[in-house]
Parts: sequence; C-alpha cells; structure tokens
Amino acid sequence: MKRLPASRLGDTALRWSSALAVLIVWQSAASAAASPLLPSPATVAVALGRLVIDGRLPVDLGITLARVAVSFALAMAAGAAIGILMGESRAADRLLDLWLVLGLNIPALVIIFLCYLWLGLGEVAAVVAVALNKVPTSAVILREGARAVDRELLQVADVLRLSWERRLRQVYLPQLYPYFMAATRSGLSLIWKIVLVAELVGRSNGVGFQLGVYFAFFDITNILAYTASFIAVVVAAESLAIRPLERRLTQWRT
Amino acid sequence: MNALDVAIERKAYRSREGEHVALDELAFTIPVGEFTCIIGPSGCGKTTLLSLIAGLDRDYKGRITRREEEGGRLGMVFQTPRLMPWLSVRDNVRLALPAREAEDGRAEAILREMQLGAFLDAFPNRLSGGQQRRVALARAFINAPDLLLLDEPFQSLDAPTAQQLRDLLVAMCQRRRPTILFVTHDLREALSLADRVLFLSASPGRVTLDLPLSLPRPRHPDSAAVESVRKRLLETHPDLLRGLLGEAAESVA
Repeated sequence: MKRLPASRLGDTALRWSSALAVLIVWQSAASAAASPLLPSPATVAVALGRLVIDGRLPVDLGITLARVAVSFALAMAAGAAIGILMGESRAADRLLDLWLVLGLNIPALVIIFLCYLWLGLGEVAAVVAVALNKVPTSAVILREGARAVDRELLQVADVLRLSWERRLRQVYLPQLYPYFMAATRSGLSLIWKIVLVAELVGRSNGVGFQLGVYFAFFDITNILAYTASFIAVVVAAESLAIRPLERRLTQWRT
Repeated sequence: MNALDVAIERKAYRSREGEHVALDELAFTIPVGEFTCIIGPSGCGKTTLLSLIAGLDRDYKGRITRREEEGGRLGMVFQTPRLMPWLSVRDNVRLALPAREAEDGRAEAILREMQLGAFLDAFPNRLSGGQQRRVALARAFINAPDLLLLDEPFQSLDAPTAQQLRDLLVAMCQRRRPTILFVTHDLREALSLADRVLFLSASPGRVTLDLPLSLPRPRHPDSAAVESVRKRLLETHPDLLRGLLGEAAESVA
C-alpha cells in the first residue's frame, strides 16, 4: 500500500519534468537560432498574455470551441446511431459498409470544400463539414461495441420484461460506454484539427481564421500563442471532463 | 390446473455443418405450484427447453402455453448469475421491480434475508461466486414469480454453499408457492428438491421417465431417504440413466 502514493508521486514528477524538458529544448533552440522564425517561450507567453487581455483570443477560442461542441455532438449522435445499427443488423452492415469505407477515406479538405460549395459559405456548412469527417470513425468504433454486446445480459432484460427505456439505460448502453469514451477521445482530437481547416477555408472568425491571418504576416509568435492556448484547452478538457467522466462510468471495474 | 403446457414438435439449430435437432416431440404439463426437476445428460437440450419456455427463443415448431394469470410473472435463474456488472447489488435486484416500486425497500429486505445486507452497494465483481448466485436468486424471487425457471443454478459451487442455497430456495418456495422448473444433471439434487422428476434422454431430448416423489421435507441430498430412492431407481431403470450421470452409471455397473 505504501508504494502506491509514492509511485503516483513519481508519475507526476515525470510528467512535469517532461513538460519542463519541452520548454528547455524550445528555449535553447530559440537562443541558438536567435531569429524571429523561432520566438522563445517567454516571448510567446507575453504575446499570449496580450491576446488574452485585449480579448481577441478568448473570442476566437470561444467561437471555435462552440463549433467543436456542435459538430462533436452531431458527429457522435449520427455516428453512434449508424454504428449501433450496423452492429446490430447484418443487412444494415452490408448496406452501409461501402459508405463507411468511402467516408473514412475521403480527405477532410474535400469534404470541407464540398460542404461550402453545396451548402454555402456559412456556419451550417462549417459545422456539417467537420461533423461529417468524424461520423465514420465514431460509427466504426460503436459498431465494434454493438457487436460485442453480451446477448446473455439482454436475455435477462427480456425475462424481466424491462421497458425499452430501462433496457437501454441499464443493460444496453453501459456495455457501450467504453466505446463511447474511445470515440470521444479520438473524435475530439480529430475535430480539433479539422475545425481549424474549415475555419481557415471558409469562415472569418475563430482560431483557424486568425491563424491564417498571422500566417499571411509571418507572425510566428502569435501563431504559437494561439497554439499554446489551444493545447491548454485540450488538456483541461481531458483532465476536467473526460477523465472524471470515464472514472465515473467505469467505477464498477475497480 | 396447469401452469405450463409444453408440446414441442421440433426445435433445431441450423449451422454451417447442417441441422442439429435439439428437441424432438417433447411434451409434458406442469400443475400449478409443483416443483419439477428436469434431469438429463449434458447437451440433451435442457437449456434450450428453458429458453423456449421463457419465450427467449420463438423459433420452434409446436406450442408452449404458460398460464398467464393477471400479471403472470416469470422468474429465471441462469447457469451463470448474469448480473449487470455496472449496477450495484441493490440495483441488480431492483431491475426486476417495476420502476416506480424500485425504492419500496423490497430489494433491501430480500437481500438482507439472503445475508447480503453488507453488500447492498457493492458491485458484483466484489462478491464470491456463491454470493453472486444469491443475488441472482433474489432478482428472480423479488417480484414473486408464478413460474420460476432455474437452469443448473448451483452448479460449480462447493457442496455446503450449494446446499445452503438449496435450503434457501426451498424456504422461499414454501412461503410463496410458485410453480418451479429446475434443470439439473445431479440426480441427488433433483431427488432432494422435487415433487416430481422428469428424465430426459440424450439429444434430442425426450421424456423417458416421469417420476412423482412424495418424500417428506426437508430432505438432504445425502440423506438415507434420498439415497434409497436413488438406489431403487438405478436398479429398476439401469438403461434410463446410462450415460446420464457418470457416477450413476458406475454405481449401477
């Protein structure tokens, strides 16, 4: 029992020293290069502070996060529905499999272009484009989940004559939670990346658009400042939302 | 009055290797309130029979009629406990109750009765095999079923634990008088529990002997009364049990 906290402490120390190492490498590379092409961590931190204070970065970040949230919700709902349907019904699986392969392999940029061209250069097109990129991967993950559902436990639900609502909530979905978590993780990281492309291509606000502007001005400091803020958000989402949620859903395993 | 009327013409499983007939021309009736054991060699279709009766599988020829009186309820205990690992012991038992009655304290009462009061909020993976089976029994009992189906529920438990659970089952049955169909391959267990024992042949299973029992209760599987019935049975029907129980076949030979 005594080793556990100690090793956890060790883990934390390792994590932090690894983060520190990134900063050290960055700082020494910046000093060595001594060029505007690679600003030092301190320069970026100052730029970040300024962007936060003048309010532009929080606004852009907020807009982008809203797009992420909406397209993530859309993609998870549609992907889960399609995946579960395919996992449960062989006919649906046969019917949709080709679509899935197509969806998994169309380049994100093509989907984004097509959405903007067909739906117009608007918010709907942006969100739909990002969601469409994510739907096939969540469908694939949830299809695996639906295939792995324990039929014996569903028989228990049959014998107990559970209502469809209790059957879903207490017998069926809990078996899919690990797959939902996996789809959430991979989905968020995918959506983070694609939403910026969609903003760069067809929106006039958000982190992606702003990065495009800085790119046009070779403003590497501000590009890195935006990137840093983005990473902070991802880490916060992981440790404040996803990991606690996962712990809650899988507490019965311990 | 019959609680259950079984007239199966044929139940077959199709697979790539062809068709496997699990049950063929199997017919019997069970009166209300009777404790019937079904005994047969493994693979004779006992589990299939129970899932047909429970309505889990409707792909068969023939007819099974359950007396569905007002709100007729079914309880079932499977070969493995089949608890939901993500629900606490308490919630596993509550699953069998209508949602609006879930918090009326019945789940807690029956679990305490089964000496599981200390585990109400534990998850099933914290429990021993015997404790998990008790939870499964509690789940089957809690809504006072009219018909209780049990599929080798005490298999792979050590003898004292199995006996403790059998006593628990008998005690609950005597109070609530459900109709019971208890599948087993253990002759001593069947003789110690049942009002009547149905013997099935090897696959496809048919009834080879219908044996009424009127031994006084409580009976222990190792008691002299059970042993003498068992002996007499094995002497008069050596063919009936050949291949049915390794141990029985040996003792006859």
